[in-house]
Amino acid sequence: MDRYITVPLSDEDARSLKSGDYVYVTGTIYTARDAAHKRMQEALDRGEALPLELKNNVIYYMGPSPAREGRPIGSAGPTTASRMDKYAPALLDLGLKGMIGKGKRSQAVKDAIVRNGAVYFAAVGGAGALLSKSILSSEVIAYDDLGTEAIRRLEVKDFPVIVVIDAEGNNLYETATAAYCKE
Amino acid sequence: MRTINVEEITKSVKEACIEANHFLSKDVEERLRTAAKEEEAPLGRQILEQLEENLKIAGEDMIPICQDTGMAVIFMEIGQEVHFEGGSLTDAVNEGVRRGYVDGFLRKSVVKDPILRENTKDNTPAVIHYDIVPGDKVKITVAPKGFGSENMSRVFMLKPADGIEGVKQAILTAVKDAGPNACPPMVVGVGVGGTFEKCAILAKQALTRPLDQRSEIPWVKELEEEMLEKINRTGIGPGGLGGSTTAMAVNVNTYPTHIAGLPVAINICCHVNRHAVREI
Repeated sequence: MDRYITVPLSDEDARSLKSGDYVYVTGTIYTARDAAHKRMQEALDRGEALPLELKNNVIYYMGPSPAREGRPIGSAGPTTASRMDKYAPALLDLGLKGMIGKGKRSQAVKDAIVRNGAVYFAAVGGAGALLSKSILSSEVIAYDDLGTEAIRRLEVKDFPVIVVIDAEGNNLYETATAAYCKE
Repeated sequence: MRTINVEEITKSVKEACIEANHFLSKDVEERLRTAAKEEEAPLGRQILEQLEENLKIAGEDMIPICQDTGMAVIFMEIGQEVHFEGGSLTDAVNEGVRRGYVDGFLRKSVVKDPILRENTKDNTPAVIHYDIVPGDKVKITVAPKGFGSENMSRVFMLKPADGIEGVKQAILTAVKDAGPNACPPMVVGVGVGGTFEKCAILAKQALTRPLDQRSEIPWVKELEEEMLEKINRTGIGPGGLGGSTTAMAVNVNTYPTHIAGLPVAINICCHVNRHAVREI
């Protein structure tokens, strides 16, 4: 089913999304990948505040290529989400409502998604040029020294993603693959 | 003896880095186009059409095909009658990578130390494989490798008794474990034989062979065809979201090996199977 949603993601919208839904996302999302997650975890371990509000927000696992002049961003597709599995449950428990990436997630992440009524979306991997066209602006808000791995605030319009794991724990990677398996 | 100034190498490497990250070779592009027509799953077709659209935008607007513009893997085939002047050849190759990635708006994804992890900010150093060949030419193949798929690659040190069935099992295991993580439809590079490191290099080289070109060794050609069919029956599909196009090709390279061993390497590449070639 095609859905148009705005982000930050309300609790109701998050729970209404079903595994397999094709979703166009409009609003504000944040980027973070390996190094930024490590720093956020270290900040939490020290009892410090995070550089972004997690409640009802969506994190996009992405490190862009540099923008050419006059463009908001360079190529901007998803990175493999499983590398963030170590950090994601704690962020979900603090209110993070959605993650955009690609690839499998651990059982611990799936449990945290269900526990918190959150959603894991996939964007099409290796389509960074196309996806960049749905990003209107990009601004580094933290960890600037990390270069491509800095935390960015993105304004997106009709950014195309697919619900992989929904709030009930359904997983499209398992169900869709089984449907076409001929072994 | 032919003399080549290393500045020529730098220029060629720079151009090839930029070209490889914005344009796929014709065979890969053609295979993606065919796959979009033949894919059984509606969502799979939609994803393959997006990949075609992505390639068009990348070339027209000069936006890298994928934001992971890779670590620069460079195969240098150097004619033994060539003499280089003007400085260190390796430095010249890395200078080409530096210029390509900085001037070409490519992402800098290399960290100086695997544990300390400070970004080198110019994507150097490259991983360079030198080969000395007859003649007086230099062939440079620049193959930027993204790590979504690199991370899913494997080396298996099989026993001779495992035979061809063991090789098939190793390939299927690697592909199934990779699943959606490696951005399918993938290209599967396989190295069989040699030593621990040789089979991995064979697998990486296999990724640079045109997708429509099968091995000249009969059993290898059969293996390539059979494995492609088997992989496409797993159901993983485009983006790992289900379908009949999981791989675009299986390319297998082989080398003599030791009486006690059967090394097999599987180097998985995503659909952005990049390589650009320059001959000097």
